[in-house]
Amino acid sequence: MKNVLNRAVGHRLFWPLVMLAALLLINVIAVPGFLSITVNSEGHLFGSIIDILRNGAPTLIIAVGMTLVIATRGIDLSVGSVCAIAGAVASSMILASPTPNNVGTVTGALLTALVLSLGLGLANGLLVAGLGIQPIIATLILMTAGRGIAMLITEGQIITVNSVPFAFLGSGFILGVPVATVAGVLIFALAALLTRRTAMGLLIEAVGINPEASRQAGVRARGLKFSVYALCALLAGIAGLILTSNQTAADANNTGLFIELDAILAVVIGGTSLAGGRYSLAGTLVGALIIQTLVTTVYTVGIPPIATMVFKAAVVTAVCLLQSPTTAAALERWRSRLATRHLQGVAAKAGAAR
Amino acid sequence: MEESPATAPLENPAPVVEMTDISISFPGVKALDAVSFRMFPGEVHSLLGENGAGKSTLIKALTGVYSIDSGVIRLDGRKVTFSGPAQAQAAGISTVYQEVNLLGNLTVAENVMLGREPRRFGGINWRAMRKRSAEILSGLHLNIDPGSLLNSHSLAIQQLVAIARAIDVQAKALILDEPTSSLDTEEVAELFRVIRTLKDSGVAILFVSHFLEQVYEISDRLTVLRNGQLVGEYLTEELLRIDLVQAMIGKELSVLDDLEAQVHSTEKDRAVGAKSKTFVEARRLTRKGAIAPMDLSIDEGEVVGLAGLLGSGRTEIARLLGGVDRADSGQVSVHGEPVKLRTPRQAIKHRIAYSSENRRSEGVVDELSVRDNIILALQADRGWLRPIPRKRQDELAASYIEALNIKTPNADALVRNLSGGNQQKVLLARWLAIAPRLLILDEPTRGIDIGAKAEIQKLVYGLAENGMSVLFISAELEEVLRLSNRIVVLRDREKVADLPNDGLSVDALLTLIAEGAPAPSHTIGAES
Repeated sequence: MKNVLNRAVGHRLFWPLVMLAALLLINVIAVPGFLSITVNSEGHLFGSIIDILRNGAPTLIIAVGMTLVIATRGIDLSVGSVCAIAGAVASSMILASPTPNNVGTVTGALLTALVLSLGLGLANGLLVAGLGIQPIIATLILMTAGRGIAMLITEGQIITVNSVPFAFLGSGFILGVPVATVAGVLIFALAALLTRRTAMGLLIEAVGINPEASRQAGVRARGLKFSVYALCALLAGIAGLILTSNQTAADANNTGLFIELDAILAVVIGGTSLAGGRYSLAGTLVGALIIQTLVTTVYTVGIPPIATMVFKAAVVTAVCLLQSPTTAAALERWRSRLATRHLQGVAAKAGAAR
Repeated sequence: MEESPATAPLENPAPVVEMTDISISFPGVKALDAVSFRMFPGEVHSLLGENGAGKSTLIKALTGVYSIDSGVIRLDGRKVTFSGPAQAQAAGISTVYQEVNLLGNLTVAENVMLGREPRRFGGINWRAMRKRSAEILSGLHLNIDPGSLLNSHSLAIQQLVAIARAIDVQAKALILDEPTSSLDTEEVAELFRVIRTLKDSGVAILFVSHFLEQVYEISDRLTVLRNGQLVGEYLTEELLRIDLVQAMIGKELSVLDDLEAQVHSTEKDRAVGAKSKTFVEARRLTRKGAIAPMDLSIDEGEVVGLAGLLGSGRTEIARLLGGVDRADSGQVSVHGEPVKLRTPRQAIKHRIAYSSENRRSEGVVDELSVRDNIILALQADRGWLRPIPRKRQDELAASYIEALNIKTPNADALVRNLSGGNQQKVLLARWLAIAPRLLILDEPTRGIDIGAKAEIQKLVYGLAENGMSVLFISAELEEVLRLSNRIVVLRDREKVADLPNDGLSVDALLTLIAEGAPAPSHTIGAES
């Protein structure tokens, strides 16, 4: 029993899961009906939990791509800008079309946006893998330039889209579940299959741990890096479309703003090291859920919006502290001291009884 | 045994360090089992044993890296418990590790005084720092400028700076863990001079090296460990080398002699039998700053040994053949067909595998499991879309762990946790898994123990027997002579001799390495 407990505490997802449970608990205390899920007349699921799962989907989708990028010792700061570009392209195409409510029009717009996102990812890949520029600098270029590109596409306006098929992406339901949630789950599952059912995960980890040894073993590190940056941007494009659809407007300045930081945080909270190497998609999932639950908690508990960022920082600090090896060692010492004291107490009592 | 001088110190009555009945267990392994070890002032004490014998564990127990399960450590007669290397260092036990743990972009003075910089007005007192480090360096008779960048010095000097740094902390005991593994003969002599200086000043020195020659040259006392247990403590002058080797591996060394006989008998077979087909042939292979135009050919099933000093071009030509570095000009053909070897991947396609001399930085992927490391090259060759089925992975890993006698708890263990020799075997397994036609082994036995060395040598022999070509590089000429059918001698980036291994002696080879070609006919190469 104790052994099981020790193993659970030692698991790298233990503290993130505890934190997630604690956040949910706070919400349940603040709003007793927090966990309840209702079904409305149209068969759609509603409830705070469903909101978390829907609103957290874009972050999760991006964080999945970010996990793989980080595993190769890289980072992608441009995902937020790619979100904005994808949203801008799709919105302006739908707006320019005479038939905005036609499914074909919307599909065409979405595909165009995604192909463009993929292209931007390849550009990142070219800078990082082809030209050997440091990932943080290489993607910083697109991070700053990207918002400008989005601005050019929207001609400086916030494009409001009135298109039923497009709105479906952000606020529709499939079998009662929000489309965004379905997309998040599907992408997560596909990414897990793609990396773990093929050898991609192993090769990514090998490159992240020791690039030179991997090269000498014949691993095509360059191709792998191209793939992960392309994939990351493609996923950012999908997330951008969901965000834009949800807001029913493409805002070059604000769509996906700071989402790269949330995604990186989700990856780190999930236990993947920024130094690259071994990664955990399951950890990233938990990390993304923590971040979204955090945002929800701010509203349910009634923390003033101006204090939101500070609150978020506090929680993230707590998770990181709990995960740090130094804290783990300190906790271990504290526990063993408690155990000895307890034993001594028992022994003293036994002595007194005699 | 009571009358043995080893149990009664000669002129040193009290040991500085006395470790008694030290035991340490790791999950599933008893790393040290009631081992005792002593260090006397003014004495060099060598710690010997195969990989996994417990040498590193003992050192880490002494320096507080590992906590001990049972036993007592005494420093100057007082019982001590260190909770980390910093504490041990403060108490006077300093360690210099195999890899130089210094900062290349700082000056020598900064490195010597790192973390203990003399302060003044809340800042660093640069003048005092330079003065103090100059004193320490001159104390070691090291004539280098304290203000120069560490990177501008050779590895040997850097090693000495590391020692200077270690002794500045008023060390009573100095631990030198494989300090000579990357030094050449002259540099070793310089290091030994410094060690003797320290010894004369009364420091107790623990020396670890795989080179028995050096152990005999420098040490006064030897302690041998085997499988985590103490075999014995001896005075160097009283232990014959053959007895030492037997104490270390606990079995007769005749395997190596048998091997030598086998190689030489096949030598005769080859001479009698039909001439083998040429597998790979390099013509005028050149890389600026690495290798002058060079011809080299290797037959099927032939072991070609490369002999030469560090920097002679022996590693450089091997890296060109393995596709690790690109040649500026020249042509390589495999079975007579011209091929491109611009990346390791291309070389692997032609079944040429290069096993790097830098096991840690270019060989194993240490955070991955033994299994993942073994299948890595094979998987990379197949491409990520065609994963090796898990069952096949397990079979591969299990068969190589058994065949190469890799000591690991299981295939899931991280390679990082294995000893050097076992990491080397994992690396070998990775290359064997792709069934190479030419295996290039660059220093495969460096820094590993005699037992593993013999196993690897035997393996090389067996592979060549089955038709695999091997290009074998080693700084140990005995080893090159023992294994090779043909020997190519390099000097100053040029080939100076290419001769069949037919009664060649170490001395003859040394002469070639030192003085170049004995006769011009040898330089023409294998085509003759």
